[in-house]
Amino acid sequence: MQYMLLIYGAPEVEPQYGTPAFKEMMAGYAAASARMVEDGVMRSGEGLQGVETATSLRIRDGKVETMDGPFATTKEHLGGYHVIDVPNLDVALKYAALIPSALYGTIEVRPLMDYNPAGN
Amino acid sequence: MAAPEAIAVTKALEAVMRNDRGRLIAALISRLRDFQLAEEALQEAAISALSHWGRVGLPASPQGWLLKVALRKAIDRLRGGARETRKAADLAHLVADEADESEAEMIPDQRLRLIFTCCHPALDPKSRVALTLRTLGGLTTGEIARAFLDAEPTMGQRLSRAKAKISAAGIPFKVPDPEDLPDRLNSVLTVVYLIFNAGYTVGPSLDRDLCAEAIFLARMLALLQPAEAEVEGCLALLLLTHARRDARLQRGESVALTDQDRALWDGPMLAEGLAILDAALARRAPGPFQIKAAIAACQNQSPPDWPQIAALYAGLYRYEPTPIIHLNQAVALAEAGHLPMALGALQALAEPLADYQPYHAACAEYFGRAGQMPAAITAYTRAIDLAASPADAAFLTRRRANLIP
Repeated sequence: MQYMLLIYGAPEVEPQYGTPAFKEMMAGYAAASARMVEDGVMRSGEGLQGVETATSLRIRDGKVETMDGPFATTKEHLGGYHVIDVPNLDVALKYAALIPSALYGTIEVRPLMDYNPAGN
Repeated sequence: MAAPEAIAVTKALEAVMRNDRGRLIAALISRLRDFQLAEEALQEAAISALSHWGRVGLPASPQGWLLKVALRKAIDRLRGGARETRKAADLAHLVADEADESEAEMIPDQRLRLIFTCCHPALDPKSRVALTLRTLGGLTTGEIARAFLDAEPTMGQRLSRAKAKISAAGIPFKVPDPEDLPDRLNSVLTVVYLIFNAGYTVGPSLDRDLCAEAIFLARMLALLQPAEAEVEGCLALLLLTHARRDARLQRGESVALTDQDRALWDGPMLAEGLAILDAALARRAPGPFQIKAAIAACQNQSPPDWPQIAALYAGLYRYEPTPIIHLNQAVALAEAGHLPMALGALQALAEPLADYQPYHAACAEYFGRAGQMPAAITAYTRAIDLAASPADAAFLTRRRANLIP
């Protein structure tokens, strides 16, 4: 099964750039990614630029509305993701626990939609 | 068929479904990986059993017969395309499995895997309880709804959401890996304990005795996951508490532990609980359930060993840092003779436990003992308002009346 590990965090509670804790966190991200690649479970993974770069769009009554900022104005926002292919949720949760943001924020684990469940 | 035979067949089927339903459901889910399909298939097999057994008599292994027929019903449904998403390979695998199934074959016990799945932390706690009662306890949705004061449709939705999540999120049907086992076992034991507490709070008025259900589940765990100190601790806790059931109520009123008639306690059950607790403690793998069982054991002494109980609650706080543990510790301190210290602890808990009935009942008792009558009467009134059962309300109302001269 494929799972997306959505990485949510609040920048202000994470280690600040230039501190030893920041270096450690970045090394943690690299180690988590390396482990997923090594284990052959990594399908993709990217980091996102800060939420101040986000633009949201919706269409209402045929009109496009464009807004500055993320969809939800919460303290924690989406900062990146991994897509992994593993046998079940327990294994997916193990990889989620490797991501340093689990220490400061939250990792949401969601199965990907399977568009071809019969495998044809 | 003649009426007496029909009755005999019905009785035999009822007995199998009562005693072996959990095992059969577990075996079916293990093959089908679909809770809903397993339940429906077993239900259909039971209906077939009524007519078939009535015609040709009871099979050598009614359980084996039900499993085989249920599997066949499930395969028919899958073939019929009721669930088109099923992979063709899975179906072929099921058919092969079914061919292997002989009536006399032992049905492997998959209930341990099933309970770990039902109590998976990816499900919300209330759904874990409901799903465990439904699949392993065999309670109907209506029975579970009544036990937890929910409307039946609400409980039905909760159960179907949980079953759907297990399949969609890929919650595995397996016993967790050794490194995850302590946490996952705690999650399972917590569910068992919640079931017991629900039965304890509501009392014996329910259509199913949830305390007995919980003890059944704890015994099952002790059998399937032997030599596990926390499982034994949980079973001991339930037995030591349940042994006092006949003394807890008198003329519809709750009786405080120290006022209970010990002759009404279940001696053999107490002895069994203590023996299991001793075995657990000898494994030198401490945990919260063993501490709770040790507390229950101390409470059963005459008089209860209150200083020891206070110390055990302090130990329990390390595992469960909740205000409720602090409350229980304060009660033990008060009973151990440290009333001023206990009152100080109670006052500090006023905010976090503002809506917790036992907190106000404790304040009522100990402010009363300290002669602080206005505080005691206020606490009694609040405790009576929040009382979960008429028996508790009756007990508190009488206590309050005694305070007013």
